[in-house]
Amino acid sequence: MISITTTIIDVVTDNRVYDTYVISQNLVMRLKGPSAEHIFGLDEFGRDIFLRMLWGTRYSLFLGAIGILASTIVGGTLGAIAGFYGNAIDNIVMRFMDILLAIPSILLAIAIVAALGPGLVNILIAIAISYIPTFARVVRAKVMSIKDQEFIEAARAVGASDARIIFKYIIPNSLAPIIVQATLGVAGAILSIAGLSFLGLGIQPPMPEWGAMLSNARTYIRDAWHITVIPGLGIMLTILSLNLVGDGLRDALDPRLKN
Amino acid sequence: MEEKVKRTELLQVKNLKKYFKTPKGMLHAVDDVSFSLHEGETLGVVGESGCGKSTMGRAILRLHEPTSGEVIFKGENILKFDKKRMKKLREEMQIIFQDPYASLNPRMTVSETIIDPLIIQGKYKKSDKEGLQKKVREIMDLVGLSQKLINTYPHELDGGRRQRIGIGRALALNPKFIVCDEPVSALDVSIQAQVLNLMQDLQEELGLTYMFITHDLSVVRHISDNIAVMYLGQIVEKAPAKLLFKNPLHPYTHALLSAIPVPDPDYKMKRILLQGELTSPINPAPGCRFAKRCIHATPECSQQEYSLKEVEPGHFVACSRFNEIKN
Repeated sequence: MISITTTIIDVVTDNRVYDTYVISQNLVMRLKGPSAEHIFGLDEFGRDIFLRMLWGTRYSLFLGAIGILASTIVGGTLGAIAGFYGNAIDNIVMRFMDILLAIPSILLAIAIVAALGPGLVNILIAIAISYIPTFARVVRAKVMSIKDQEFIEAARAVGASDARIIFKYIIPNSLAPIIVQATLGVAGAILSIAGLSFLGLGIQPPMPEWGAMLSNARTYIRDAWHITVIPGLGIMLTILSLNLVGDGLRDALDPRLKN
Repeated sequence: MEEKVKRTELLQVKNLKKYFKTPKGMLHAVDDVSFSLHEGETLGVVGESGCGKSTMGRAILRLHEPTSGEVIFKGENILKFDKKRMKKLREEMQIIFQDPYASLNPRMTVSETIIDPLIIQGKYKKSDKEGLQKKVREIMDLVGLSQKLINTYPHELDGGRRQRIGIGRALALNPKFIVCDEPVSALDVSIQAQVLNLMQDLQEELGLTYMFITHDLSVVRHISDNIAVMYLGQIVEKAPAKLLFKNPLHPYTHALLSAIPVPDPDYKMKRILLQGELTSPINPAPGCRFAKRCIHATPECSQQEYSLKEVEPGHFVACSRFNEIKN
């Protein structure tokens, strides 16, 4: 929501807000604490942290969410195919996933960004690819446990096609772990983006990004608590709320928990 | 059961085999089974756990692809059918499962569960809400489910009601032949009777043919016209229900029948206890498969192959010594 609003403001004001408040520096005011004018205070370059937080959602939340959405779809499909058909297909897909999984995800993301060059789309690709194996594994395990149940056989007995069985019988019944994994994944992705930004491979300054804000502020933690605490709290609360949303979503989608 | 008028043969199974590959060798789950079923008849299949009863039922419906053999339904070998014809055929052959908890999709309501087969088989269009509603209500009436349950999920219902949904789903397509894979073993006794009576009523009403798989001999006696006793993937004895209970011939049938509890406290049970382990169905040795546990076995029993022989009208047995054993 916030990221869409900020995008609209950007378009309407022709980037004037962004240029004058979000990235323009004001060294006289640097490290000023929270006040009525700047409710979250100013950072080490005198930029308004509140506005940077708002604009930062576009990178942190949005990239994380889209990246995870992409890897859920790709990983989920691969996992479902592997789990449903088993044998050779399962082996080929899962061994490939193992290869991806063997490389630490942050290292993989670094390698991808290094190969493609930093940039929004490339970070997105890096995040998406590094999270694919986790989803493939979660979905495969769930699909394998469901596909041998009698109601799948019942569907076969009435002549349902494989596609129908996967989409109407297996996927609705394996949603719970996927949703939980996805919300956790978004949280993880936000951290990964922050990490990449910190290493200089992610969002490039002066674009505001929560993780980058946090790591830049680290140096000033003794002099100005607010510039580290506020982005940190932002990330924490976001991740917490994502987890709560995931929890609620899972319960809402499960008819067994409805009253 | 009184003598029935000769009816048309609906299903014929010839030399049906289903082997599973295991790391230790071939598992002979169903080994060379042949029988036939007439329209409106019930064949009870009994045997201990793991003897291949369920696998046989599923192989006949091609839920497991049989290794070899023929399944002739209405004069045609369905094992030669391609996907399209097989799908069409599924309208006529259905299955009711053992566990009403596992056999219903937990995310589909009662009406969705019953509608699904109708849509898959193209009987109704998805947009034809009224027609579908009417059909669902009809089926719910048929299986004795209250109309108000139409939008409930399976977890909200008890076992008996769930099993009624399972039966409703199978009946939605107006099948001729239904494999009942232990449909009442997961239910408690009072509900068992209800469901069994429902199934018998439906059989009469709709002219269904059942293959009734169970390990419960009292149930099979109640519902079957003919009974086939299975042991390790083979039919060892097959006879009309009354005859089998009055005059069991195979030593395994003897042992099975001796295990039925009798509702009389003074009755002294002559239990025939089977000694020894169940022989492994993986690469079974030639000869009679029951020989190792049979109290009457002679060395020859483990050498010759046995097949079903008709010893009196309608009564088949696969044992060479049944005459000597009789007394």
